[in-house]
Amino acid sequence: MSPILVGPLAVAGVSTVLAFIIAILDKFLNNYGQLDITINGKKTLNVKGGSPLLSTLAAEGIFVPSACGGRGSCGACKCKVLTDVGPHLPTEMPYMTPKEIEDKIRLACQVKVRKNLEIELPEELFSIKKFKAKVESLKDLTYDIKELYLALEDKQEIEFQAGQYVQLVVPPYGDIVESTQRAYSMSSRPSDKKHVELLIRLVPGGIATTWVHKHLKQGDTVEVVGPFGEFRIHNTQATMICVAGGSGMAPFKSMLNHMHETGAFPEKEIWYFFGARTQKDMFYLEELRQLASSWPRFHFVPALSEQPTSEEGWTGEVGLITDVLDRYLQGKVDKAKGFEGYLCGSPGMINACINVMKKNAMTEDKIYFDKFA
Amino acid sequence: MNAPSVGLLPLFLASILTSNILLANFLGTCSFISISKDFKSSMGLGIAVTMVIGLCSAICWAVLNYLIKPLGIEYLSFIIFIIVIAGVVQMLEMIIDRFSPSLYMALGIFLPLITVNCAVLGVILFMQIRSYNFLQAVVFGFGSGAGWWLAIMLLASIRTKLDKNTAIPAGLKGTGITLVTIGFMAMAFIGFSGMIAVQ
Repeated sequence: MSPILVGPLAVAGVSTVLAFIIAILDKFLNNYGQLDITINGKKTLNVKGGSPLLSTLAAEGIFVPSACGGRGSCGACKCKVLTDVGPHLPTEMPYMTPKEIEDKIRLACQVKVRKNLEIELPEELFSIKKFKAKVESLKDLTYDIKELYLALEDKQEIEFQAGQYVQLVVPPYGDIVESTQRAYSMSSRPSDKKHVELLIRLVPGGIATTWVHKHLKQGDTVEVVGPFGEFRIHNTQATMICVAGGSGMAPFKSMLNHMHETGAFPEKEIWYFFGARTQKDMFYLEELRQLASSWPRFHFVPALSEQPTSEEGWTGEVGLITDVLDRYLQGKVDKAKGFEGYLCGSPGMINACINVMKKNAMTEDKIYFDKFA
Repeated sequence: MNAPSVGLLPLFLASILTSNILLANFLGTCSFISISKDFKSSMGLGIAVTMVIGLCSAICWAVLNYLIKPLGIEYLSFIIFIIVIAGVVQMLEMIIDRFSPSLYMALGIFLPLITVNCAVLGVILFMQIRSYNFLQAVVFGFGSGAGWWLAIMLLASIRTKLDKNTAIPAGLKGTGITLVTIGFMAMAFIGFSGMIAVQ
């Protein structure tokens, strides 16, 4: 044989043999067979092993909340695993308190199903469902925020409390080969059980937001999973101090419409601070101002962080939302009934607002928020 | 060329101590410096490197003597060795994932990085130019791995102590003092090189 051929053939031969052995090992090692997962000692699922617990449960129609979609970056998918599956992994440790480690709390996305498991989940998770929905409308609210209005199919209805969120399932598209999920707060009213409305801001390079902004069209079918979340109106007499920026508007739109429509929590005074950079980033301004003028216990304070030019005719507040909040808490807001903080926005904004609220004698256990990592 | 007439026990001891792959030949220093911060990870990486070097020298010895030499393609031996190392690391990764998930998670990114750890290729090339027989190659491979393991454990212990030392000037903290430490360790190891010669 020609010496020019011998070399490449030998290299190719060695590579082929190795690839073959790896393929066989993969088939043999990654095969854990059919396994049983027992939930709360009652329900037993027969599943195929080898995948993370989170996705294994999702395939069986049980949706453990997860804001990041299984990347191990949000720490939301906590569940109790009674079976010994080894020590907590370094990827789980940042999200665990010493008490949780002792209680065998794990992140469902990091625990691989390798043997029969016994786990505990909160009962309300079983009411979480996957809904098929059609895009009824997709409106531009600003240059980078869209209002996505979904009509649920097959006569399905969603029962939720104002402030909760759903996971939007993003199918593979373009260069994205794997389906993923992202959490968005619902902006629709709880009484509108046949629809789900989401406000989605375009994040440059974001998988889900790019899909919604650039690929999704009216009439398309999508899937949402939910409802999830502990962010909801608390039944006290304390004054609600709501602060939002950008698409953080969503849960408050739902809460305000719900309270206005049903007259729920009649004792509560509501202050809503909404921050944007310029007037270009502002939306729902007219609707909210109208609502404020016709509904005495609701006060709306929009604020721009950049000084507007005089011809824009801006009549609201100017300044960072935290400064505006600070000013109002020290002056205009009635302190008699005490405060509750409700926050929705970027982690930076939330942390800054918590600091301002603490400075104004609000305690951290009365400040509520969802942080989507 | 015939295999050198060095006994297996002297060869084993030499590869651990006097011809330590790290401290006498300075191969595989990047992960040596970066991982030795942490005692537990050093242990994991040491085990992994020992397994990879040992296994790879055995497999590469067979590839060298039954494929490369008969076909006369010595000029391709670097490429073939690298492919074999990559394949073995991949298999090892799958096996560790199956049988010791916590070790797998502890090693994290470093297991695949062993593929490009020059200590592995270095040991195999030494084996080739010194014409070891099979047993010598295996002993030399595991010995060198164990030497690497020993060296990183020593450095990790020293660094744990050093971290508590407040007398180190700010500019030397971290990698600086680590390099100085490695220099002293290397001198100590090389001091014994006359005792057992490995060729």
